[in-house]
Amino acid sequence: MAIKRLLIANRGEIAVRIQRSAKALGIETVQVYSEADAPMLAVKQADQAVCIGPAKAADSYLNIDAVIAAARETGADAVHPGYGFLAERAAFARAVADAGMVFVGPSADTIERMGDKVAAREAAEAAGVPVVPGSKGRLETVDDAVRIASDIGYPVMIKAAAGGGGKGIRIASNEDELKTMAPQAQAEAAAAFGDGGLYLERAIRSPRHIEVQIMGDGSDAVHYFERECSLQRRRQKVWEEAGATCLDEETRQSLCASAVALAKSVGYRGAGTLEYLYDEAANAFYFIEMNTRIQVEHPVSEMITGTDLVAEMIKVCGGAKLSHAQEDITRTGHAIEVRLNAEDPFMQFMPWPGQVTGLQWPQGEGVRVDHFLYEGYQIPPFYDSLVAKVIVHGADRADAIAKLATALSATEIGGLKTTIPLHQALCADPTVQAGAVHTQWLEPWLDTGHLMPPQSQGAA
Amino acid sequence: MATIQSPLPGTFYHKPDPDSAPFKSEGDAVAVGDTIGLVEVMKTFIEVKADAAGTFKAYVADNEAPVTAGEALAELSD
Repeated sequence: MAIKRLLIANRGEIAVRIQRSAKALGIETVQVYSEADAPMLAVKQADQAVCIGPAKAADSYLNIDAVIAAARETGADAVHPGYGFLAERAAFARAVADAGMVFVGPSADTIERMGDKVAAREAAEAAGVPVVPGSKGRLETVDDAVRIASDIGYPVMIKAAAGGGGKGIRIASNEDELKTMAPQAQAEAAAAFGDGGLYLERAIRSPRHIEVQIMGDGSDAVHYFERECSLQRRRQKVWEEAGATCLDEETRQSLCASAVALAKSVGYRGAGTLEYLYDEAANAFYFIEMNTRIQVEHPVSEMITGTDLVAEMIKVCGGAKLSHAQEDITRTGHAIEVRLNAEDPFMQFMPWPGQVTGLQWPQGEGVRVDHFLYEGYQIPPFYDSLVAKVIVHGADRADAIAKLATALSATEIGGLKTTIPLHQALCADPTVQAGAVHTQWLEPWLDTGHLMPPQSQGAA
Repeated sequence: MATIQSPLPGTFYHKPDPDSAPFKSEGDAVAVGDTIGLVEVMKTFIEVKADAAGTFKAYVADNEAPVTAGEALAELSD
């Protein structure tokens, strides 16, 4: 069934982005909003808007009943969850389907399966996708750990089988260290969780974060190549690229093919991303998890392939077949996206929810800005600090970085502190220019004073 | 009578986490720099510290209430 009226169960820049594709497809839009979000751009631009509750997300954007009621009330026949909030809640996808509407995403069962780390790992292994080598199940004794570690190779990460949240994780570089650390980890796990069982996994030092954009229509699936998102702070991506220039063509092909194999094996529908760790020294990639939604950084894939991924996910979830055969999806040049957050990068990234007093966006070919700002807009303090994304497309990576530097210097957001200075410093950094970064690179770079306010530059 | 104001707009919390007791109760001694609550702003939690000493009287803003910068959060009696 082709979608006619789409409810957008999200806010901020992604709500504006979804509306753009919906309108291009001739679909009416219904925007939900919290009491704190009445002035937001997506409310102004939608065909209809419905208030679903108070500022607190738990009572509005995360309130499944309120969102479903708004969809019924407005006669929506489909719901787009965006990213974050309810996007990967199986219960929400199920509630939308039970209400007789289309959920713009995979089935609730697929969300459940791929959202469970163990089930996702099993699905990946079954589809022939490499996963981080590890023990098959829990290990009870140090001898077992030593035997398994010699199979998977050092360094190994020792985790509590019952644990979570990084508690009790140790890294052993060799057998002697493992023999010392395993009993400590067992004792600690027993004390913390009442269960001394251990789990071993190969430790990948300084990995790169590489991910593959896929799209499925329930039976067939294609990829839109890979992205590299190794520049992260507190596990949040700050800068994303398409493609990953560290990969040789053969590795790129097998990486992307592995993602398609997994998507096909689960009958995936909609847009999805498979995340991998890439061990550059070993030229090996390992699946870590799948995100069953559109991602913040999808524009870089759109730029290099000349596609509209949001429109495509709406179409396939409405029952259409994939628009593109794999051989018709080609990549050109290199794209970079940077996240402009309302934060002060010179003050430990303190949030800065100010009022927008002036706006100047960069122009030109191969420059795109996804945002939800307008002059006079007061940014609410209750939600994420992402306010805009600057995306550039260049002939190659060096050209894209040069274009990004120019675009950032042409960007002015008055009344706010933003992370623009961080991105300008990254554009000028030789290591970033050489592409020699990994997921553990940015935080030490910040800690060692590479980002300084203009007036104190050179003083240290 | 001194009031403690919110340094930032956001959501005010009386407790360090939902299962704990409030940072301060009526009659507690408050020293300069004591944490009396948290303000959540854009998913970041900022500690609200007393800028005056005294005896804690009451929270003025409710737990989990949206607050603006400069809004009174708690009162101290001398």
